Amino acid sequence: MSDTSLKSGGWHDWLITNEPGSRRQARLGQLYRQWLALRRNPAAMAGLFIVLGLLLVAAFAPLVAPYDPLVQSLGERLRPPSSANWFGTDALGRDIFSRVVYGTRVTLVIVLLVVITVGPIGLLIGCAAGYLGGWVDTVLMRITDVFLAFPRLVLALAFVAALGPGLENAVIAIAFTAWPPYARVARAETLVIRKADYISAVRLQGASQWRIVWRHVVPMCMPSLIVRTTFDMAGIILTAAGLGFLGLGAQPPIPEWGAMISAGREQIFDQWWVATFPGLAICVVALGFNLLGDGLRDVMDAR
Amino acid sequence: MTEIRAPMAGEPPLLEVDNLKVDFHTATGIVHAVRGLSFSLGRERLGIVGESGSGKSMTGRAILDLIPHPGVVTADRMAFRGRDLVQMERKERRKLRGRHISMVMQDPKFSLNPVETVGNQIAEAYRIHRKAGGREARERSLAMLEAVQIREPARVYDLYPHEVSGGMGQRVMIAMMLIAEPEILIADEPTSALDVTVQLQILKILDELVSERGMGLIFISHDLHLVQSFCDRVIVMYGGKVMETLPAAELADLSARDRRHPYTRGLLGCLPDLDHPQAKLATLTRDPAWLA
Amino acid sequence: MGQGSRWGRIAGRELTTVAITIFGLLLVTFLIARVMPIDPVLAVVGDRAPADVYEKARLDLGLDKPLWQQFAIYIGKVFSGDLGRSVLTSNLVTEDLRTVFPATLELATLGTLIGVVIGVPFGVVAATHQGRWPDQIARIVGLFGYSIPVFWLGLMGLLLFYAKLGWVAGPGRVGVAYQDLFDPITGIVVLDAALQGEWDAFRDAFSHLILPASVLGILSVAYISRMTRSFMINELQQQYVVAARVKGVSEFRVVWGHALRNAVVPLVTVIALSYMHLLEGSVLTETIFAWPGLGRYLTNSLLNADMNAVLGGTLLVGAVFIGINLLSDIVGRLADPRAR
Repeated sequence: MSDTSLKSGGWHDWLITNEPGSRRQARLGQLYRQWLALRRNPAAMAGLFIVLGLLLVAAFAPLVAPYDPLVQSLGERLRPPSSANWFGTDALGRDIFSRVVYGTRVTLVIVLLVVITVGPIGLLIGCAAGYLGGWVDTVLMRITDVFLAFPRLVLALAFVAALGPGLENAVIAIAFTAWPPYARVARAETLVIRKADYISAVRLQGASQWRIVWRHVVPMCMPSLIVRTTFDMAGIILTAAGLGFLGLGAQPPIPEWGAMISAGREQIFDQWWVATFPGLAICVVALGFNLLGDGLRDVMDAR
Repeated sequence: MTEIRAPMAGEPPLLEVDNLKVDFHTATGIVHAVRGLSFSLGRERLGIVGESGSGKSMTGRAILDLIPHPGVVTADRMAFRGRDLVQMERKERRKLRGRHISMVMQDPKFSLNPVETVGNQIAEAYRIHRKAGGREARERSLAMLEAVQIREPARVYDLYPHEVSGGMGQRVMIAMMLIAEPEILIADEPTSALDVTVQLQILKILDELVSERGMGLIFISHDLHLVQSFCDRVIVMYGGKVMETLPAAELADLSARDRRHPYTRGLLGCLPDLDHPQAKLATLTRDPAWLA
Repeated sequence: MGQGSRWGRIAGRELTTVAITIFGLLLVTFLIARVMPIDPVLAVVGDRAPADVYEKARLDLGLDKPLWQQFAIYIGKVFSGDLGRSVLTSNLVTEDLRTVFPATLELATLGTLIGVVIGVPFGVVAATHQGRWPDQIARIVGLFGYSIPVFWLGLMGLLLFYAKLGWVAGPGRVGVAYQDLFDPITGIVVLDAALQGEWDAFRDAFSHLILPASVLGILSVAYISRMTRSFMINELQQQYVVAARVKGVSEFRVVWGHALRNAVVPLVTVIALSYMHLLEGSVLTETIFAWPGLGRYLTNSLLNADMNAVLGGTLLVGAVFIGINLLSDIVGRLADPRAR
């Protein structure tokens, strides 16, 4: 690592020091060390690269996509891939490449909404159960077990069927069935942390239960939760695509990858490209999150 | 070097080891676990003492060809009854294990397969080497259980490892490792995971079986007192090297202490002695020059 | 001593868990039916019914009663085997489920079998060759298995192996020509054909079955091999493995006998999970392969807002999950003398 220290000079030394001057420096230093470890893992870096690519493509979709994803042109129906339409065109003459590009936005929205809902719920239930213990723990974990024993996808399907198809309902349905593993992870972490001496020290100082959970237990649960989330992203993407495929997720003409595959199903034997490219997009993105999650686990969950 | 029991004329020693080295090639460099160990073993009880990390356990594993992956074993000579172990095929080395050279490990709680009855585990050791049928193996195993002084062999035979106590587990272990009647037994801290009250019984069983069968015993331990009372000859190891080899009796001999290697003296100095109480026990001093 | 009471305790705990889970399943399906924005009365009488007919239907359905009473009635109905009538097929839902479920069972079972037969040895070899090429391949297969949408993989499989290569039969469960050659005894077509000695029909059914089952099997291989690898790495570090080597046990037997036998204990749970996963995966793949199973039944009902059928199917899948969970607990206990 001698080349890094030459390149980044003072910053590197400031971050890597064993005697940090402030809490912030210590925290940044730890992050930096984890980053250095992550950088040595080529698979994880490939994952990071894919995920960053996904973010960039989503942000600059209008610049990346050569055509409007919604404009139909019936004269150009079902064109095979060419220099004009890289991924060909679909049954309504829309450019599939542009639709795949805009589809990144749909995917990101679903994933982020699910994670934003599920993370805190799981964290709260898990930490409360683990820290408070007793009957609270028993009841909460019973509920979690019941949910874990459910068929997630089928339950989500039934939910969407009841609420009516659509993007928001798909998100709610996925979130509704996705929280239990998070609660489990958070609880397991809390049980370990709860017995730690520094928690006893904080308690002796007279901190309230809420303060202990919020300021001391929750932050310690974060690393495993982040790892868990990254892994789960791929699963969420696949579930969302499955709902879209069954016509229960994002509704047309929104360019959602699962729905696009479904639309290409009739032509699969003659116009293979219609269903193939959106599926590849799902694979690449899911693989990216899986690779990154794998690497993050090695770096952050070193226990 | 005083041989307690001289080997019979014309018979090669059970085990000869010359300049044994065990190196581990890790990402951060080479770790030398054993650096040039030489000794020979007859039908005697040889103790190897040293602190943890001195390479004593690695020595035992190297003899059995059981050094795990990044480890590399080299030796100028390593021979079992005149047969060269260094040049031997791995498969041949495996056939020696259990049949000719065996090892009793530290903790029976972890060294016995948890999902198999102890009887079947003993019988397996017999069947591998003797090509015996199930019934014969069972009978031999029951006899072996009796030999390690287990009172109801037939009942114990069908127990699972979690159902037996530590002391009984270690007897099972000894039965398992001796059933094929090996010539050499390596005992790697065989009693340190056991209750003090059980330790002596286990040692007694081990001692009787070894002398009855005229075996060679390599007794690996960190416990000086134990080695001194149990062994004929002692090798003192530090940092993967032999500091000195001496008859066990001389460890106890106060008048001979000055002739001892400073490291041995250091180890002895750390032991509390009721006859000569000291206000403060000495701390061990180590000299990097010993490893040069 | 105390063995009997210990078993009693374990059985008691298992039964409580099962009871609670079944109760939860019923509650959730009931609530889903309640939150549904579609008026269940209209679904029965049609939207042009006069007010008195509507009111009578509402009373018949018990919708005027308090929610908890409705729930109690719902539970009673489910346990007496009354899941209502499917609007779409106008059959009793229980009848429909009886015909579609064996098809799904066939698919998921063969898929899991593929997963075990390939995934376990693969995981073992990956563990014994840690960091070397078999391990890398297992890792890549695992990551891809976790990243590929099943339904897309199914489409690609059809495109390649049916349309382009012609190695397997296309969508459907058995060719029309063979359909009436045998009677449904078990409802599992390959078994029925084999039992009645109709080998041509068997071959045809198998060639329909193998592609969808393999598609599901790949998911199973990914999951099972990855878990087997990590269990085996853990077992191979144990002292009993060293002890077995000291005894002179061959490396083959150390790995495939001693270590794998120990890894079986946690593997039972993994295989059960994988089986459940495939039951769900079949929901997504059956449509593609025109497989007349529970998945296709569920999706068709979903798209037609046939709530009785959807809830009936959900209940069945949930019940099967609970059953598999229980079974894997029992098998896991039997495989581990420490838990017996």
